[in-house]
Amino acid sequence: MNYLVFIIGFLLLVLIGAALYAVYQKDLLYAVIATGVISLALTGLFLVLQAPDVALTEAAIGVALTTIIFIITIRNTVRYEDEKDNVKK
Amino acid sequence: MKKAIVILMLAVFGYFLAITFLDPQFEAERNRDGVKKFYLDKTVSELKTANTVTAIVVNFRGFDTLGEVTVLFLAATALGSILFKKRHHIGDRTVLLPASAIVGSGAKLIFPAITLLGVYVFVHGHLTPGGGFQGGTIIATGFLLMLIAYRDFSISHNILSVIESLAGIGFVTFGLLGFMNGGTFLQNFLGTGVLNDLLSGGVIPIIYILVGFKVAAELTGLIYTVLHEKG
Repeated sequence: MNYLVFIIGFLLLVLIGAALYAVYQKDLLYAVIATGVISLALTGLFLVLQAPDVALTEAAIGVALTTIIFIITIRNTVRYEDEKDNVKK
Repeated sequence: MKKAIVILMLAVFGYFLAITFLDPQFEAERNRDGVKKFYLDKTVSELKTANTVTAIVVNFRGFDTLGEVTVLFLAATALGSILFKKRHHIGDRTVLLPASAIVGSGAKLIFPAITLLGVYVFVHGHLTPGGGFQGGTIIATGFLLMLIAYRDFSISHNILSVIESLAGIGFVTFGLLGFMNGGTFLQNFLGTGVLNDLLSGGVIPIIYILVGFKVAAELTGLIYTVLHEKG
């Protein structure tokens, strides 16, 4: 069997695991980092599947920009999911 | 009743998804000799562009790229118009804590390298993977690093707007020049040169450099706006 299958399988598992973590995590900062991990796994997947152009885009936008913009948003709003009632200004 | 309908629709959707993905037929006659062959042949023989993806994005599907650039422009403009406030002076950024000396020096050290990588990616867009969008995003990431490391690092919004507008106008101008010379939007009208040379591919590198500047300016402005928004 081709070793590529194992790499793709591993990346897919990381992807699904990070996505589930991001959904169930109450701390939004951790959830955002998990979405960054999803993008990282996707970048690896694109690279393995021979789409380097898309991999570059995903690396730059998904891992760096989106994560940072979400972190800035969290700093401006609330960090925990059940913190809605007492929003600090 | 409602649940039954939902399950039925999901089943139909799943069925079609399954037939698509269980037997994708990549090697079918129409997929092997159809539009794929056309693109691969044309890219090497006529456009002399080593990267087929770039040739498709900028030349064959150049009008779609113009649409993409427009979408990005509209998103940045909308965000700016929502978050816009008169700023009294620079340095009233409440979002960020002051960064340590290590972060500051590291950012200063790595910022030129990131910018150079971004420029490399969009200048070599027709030869290696990458292009205007990717290069522009990498450059914006460098500016983001500087904005985080130095609280009083400021970029003029006017300069960003001017870069953005000039790049957009340049894109449309080159597209329309294609109209005048060849008959279609973004038609190549320059010499194509030798395959794998830096100066090859006709109008493609010029378009990608313009797209790179435009995306870099747009995303930098976007991050700058978001960072200066007080909570």
